[in-house]
Amino acid sequence: MSVASVPVYGKPFGVANAQRLLWRAGFGPRPGEARALAAKGLDGAVDSLLNPPAYAAIGPEPTDRGFPIAPADASGHDHLWWLDRMVRGNQPLLERMTLIWHDWFATSQQKVASQSLMLNQNQTLRTGALGSFQNLLLTLTDDPAMLLWLDGVKNTNRAPNENYGREMMELFTLGWSNGYTETDVREQARSLTGWRVNAGKTPSPSDFVFDARFHDVGTKTVFGHTGNYDWQGACTLCLQHPNHPAYFVQKLWSYFVPTPPSAATQAGLVALYANGYQIAPVVRAILRHSDLYEGARMVKQPVVYTAGLMRALGRAVDGNIWTNLDTQSGQRLFWPPDVSGWDMSRWLDTATFRARWFVAAYALASVPVDQGVTSAKPSALLARATHLFGDQPLSAKTRHALLSFAAAALDVATPATVEGALRQLVAVSPDLLTA
Amino acid sequence: MSCYDCNRTELLRKAVAEAGRGLPAIEPGMPLPAGTGLSRRSFLLRSSGLAFAVFGGSAFLSPRAVEAAIEAATPGRILVSVFLSGGADTLSVLFPAGDPLYHQFRPVLGLDPASATPFAEDTRLYWHPSTASLATLHGEGKVTVLPAIGYDHPDKSHFTSRHYWEVGATDPHLRTGWLGRYLDTVNQPDNPLQGLSLDTGLQPSLATVSAPVAALDSPDTFAFSDSRIVSFPLEAQMLKAAGALGSAHAVGGDPALQQAGNAAKQSLHLHTQLGTFSNFNTKVTYPTSTDPFPHRLAGLAAMIQAGLPLRCVSITAPGHYDTHAGQAQPLSSGLKLTSDALLAFQRDLEQRGLADRVLVHVWSEFGRRAQENGSQGTDHGAAGIGFLIGSRVRGGMIGEYPGLQSGLDSQGNLVPTADFRGVYGALIAQWLGADPTRVIPNAAAFTQPALLR
Repeated sequence: MSVASVPVYGKPFGVANAQRLLWRAGFGPRPGEARALAAKGLDGAVDSLLNPPAYAAIGPEPTDRGFPIAPADASGHDHLWWLDRMVRGNQPLLERMTLIWHDWFATSQQKVASQSLMLNQNQTLRTGALGSFQNLLLTLTDDPAMLLWLDGVKNTNRAPNENYGREMMELFTLGWSNGYTETDVREQARSLTGWRVNAGKTPSPSDFVFDARFHDVGTKTVFGHTGNYDWQGACTLCLQHPNHPAYFVQKLWSYFVPTPPSAATQAGLVALYANGYQIAPVVRAILRHSDLYEGARMVKQPVVYTAGLMRALGRAVDGNIWTNLDTQSGQRLFWPPDVSGWDMSRWLDTATFRARWFVAAYALASVPVDQGVTSAKPSALLARATHLFGDQPLSAKTRHALLSFAAAALDVATPATVEGALRQLVAVSPDLLTA
Repeated sequence: MSCYDCNRTELLRKAVAEAGRGLPAIEPGMPLPAGTGLSRRSFLLRSSGLAFAVFGGSAFLSPRAVEAAIEAATPGRILVSVFLSGGADTLSVLFPAGDPLYHQFRPVLGLDPASATPFAEDTRLYWHPSTASLATLHGEGKVTVLPAIGYDHPDKSHFTSRHYWEVGATDPHLRTGWLGRYLDTVNQPDNPLQGLSLDTGLQPSLATVSAPVAALDSPDTFAFSDSRIVSFPLEAQMLKAAGALGSAHAVGGDPALQQAGNAAKQSLHLHTQLGTFSNFNTKVTYPTSTDPFPHRLAGLAAMIQAGLPLRCVSITAPGHYDTHAGQAQPLSSGLKLTSDALLAFQRDLEQRGLADRVLVHVWSEFGRRAQENGSQGTDHGAAGIGFLIGSRVRGGMIGEYPGLQSGLDSQGNLVPTADFRGVYGALIAQWLGADPTRVIPNAAAFTQPALLR
């Protein structure tokens, strides 16, 4: 009954729809992928993303200066490692969900100071990416990187530290000021006491232990409930809070669709979610929703933009320059700006536009223009340039501006030079910066 | 005015031309004309990167006419917003060792006043040793201290409280920044430099409805060629085309396309405005650091001298101020680099003769709890620390230190003795010469302190 209230896209599912789906639920199409996905129809396409084959990577292994990367040790290689999975992997939705959870439970190497623990958390996010949110919240609450990041290991019965308790309500489960008080924050901190790390500078996951001597065994009152709660009880209280399901579905929706869901859609999504905190049914409903296909466009996140160009061009991850360029674009993986994650509403400004100019140029550098090209027709050159990016349709405004550029440029440069310039301009056009 | 050349040189030329006079251009290295009572003003000639100077008192132009032309032609005053991210611990930055309750609240973190500079306006307070540079400037009357700035019903969320400060109102839904709304009232449609984030991305306080604004990672690099990556033979034409493409999408239609279009359009403007600007000609020593803050300030001083048309600038200070655990060391290193760099910036402006045109406002989203937390850190509090820095500020302090005996709220946090919206209103009115009621919601409700000498 409630499922029926979530509208489903009802028109024919074409290549353009499949392209948008791959950009929103993955990292854009490789050559031919959108067409193949469109052939499955909407339900077939969504279900194929939700149930991917075993992980396999297509193309050359990532390198830096010609050598294999060392994700747990070398600076920047953590970013390269994950970018490579986005570029070469065959599980785009799972990888995209992992990126969503990285933003949702945003943890930064800036304070964790261990790429190994950050990668360990990344695997936890991936394993639980499409499972139950209850499980995800529990595994993140005692995740070693998170325990360092939000001071869980500093939170003791003698000296409560409210850092995690606050953010689990404000950011992870309920939303700011949405049904909790400052007293709830302090009481929740007491429930979360007891985690310790028994190691010095380079702890491994097994060094993080729950030590009952540091746990506050007293009675706590949170959201009006009173009991002797521990860290698991603290998670349950948040999940059972009446405001949690709506917050969960709204936030998850916002990663896929830029406008808020209608009241009916939200109610339908809440009904799907309330049936056991399962993530996949909610994602499935969002990916089949008409708003995803007919609604407004979204600015691509920097790593999605980069990975998408590399997928289209068959480009390999071949050095820390990719880490630097994505950082310049505003998104270094494993280094979100703070615990609230990246601001998804303001990706593009003058500084980050320039960074994307370099991303595009560096991606294109591996695909030389055929110097023998003799066609001097602007429309033919533009068609060749757009074909390189999977023939994503350009708006009339963009086509017009690019054709006038090409016509003027052909007076002073060879067709091959103009084609190279058109490739770059297509790649940084508003059309390709968004999807 | 469609003006890709909105720099000071160009503006000056236009103003002088309007006055019906010629512009006396004088070669670099020529001596200062004596007895004019007018300081030498150097400008960077954008197209060549060479400096040339304009003097008053010449046969061509009276000093008064030059002054008038410059005042009329340039956006004179610049407001620089410096953000201490994370909620800086007020009770460490200006620590109340003379407050009898201080060591009771801070048994581990309490600082020793023996080697610290006392705060002149309140004998209970001492400057954190790492803020010695600010103490120096305060001693010269160039720092006004806001020892407990905030707002009623303080929010303990970083993101919400920071948002309030950025939008200039306790309104979670407002999407424009307070500086952005000011810029909308004085908008120069082709001048993204009027609102500049010296940062990897745009600071939300600069978010506007219509005025173009810019983000610039480093003031000396906004080229679109890079030896590691690319050099396009048609670069100039391509940038124009990218800008035209951006302009076509910058109005109406889809919001995402609009954001992308604006970014491209303003990038071209900024690229043109900056031209070959790259040599800072810095004569003072800034602190050396891997953090870009000192370099950005050095670049900012040079940009102002080069006549680039800046109005509002935002920069994030170095350091991590969300000190829930082990706060002493990170707080100290962040404060030291921030203070030392701000002192160097002030000296740089003084050396260049620009100090009267710049006011720096330092802020943080909140202070921290009076009682330390047992992890050798402090949790989120309420009233925070703020500074106004520059040759034109009054010095002293605005609002009082409320004290630990009676100045804490029911949650053990400092109560505010100045409201950030009143200070914003005062900055708009007294420094920028605009009407605060057009910028700060309900501006009349907040007392605007006198800021300037």
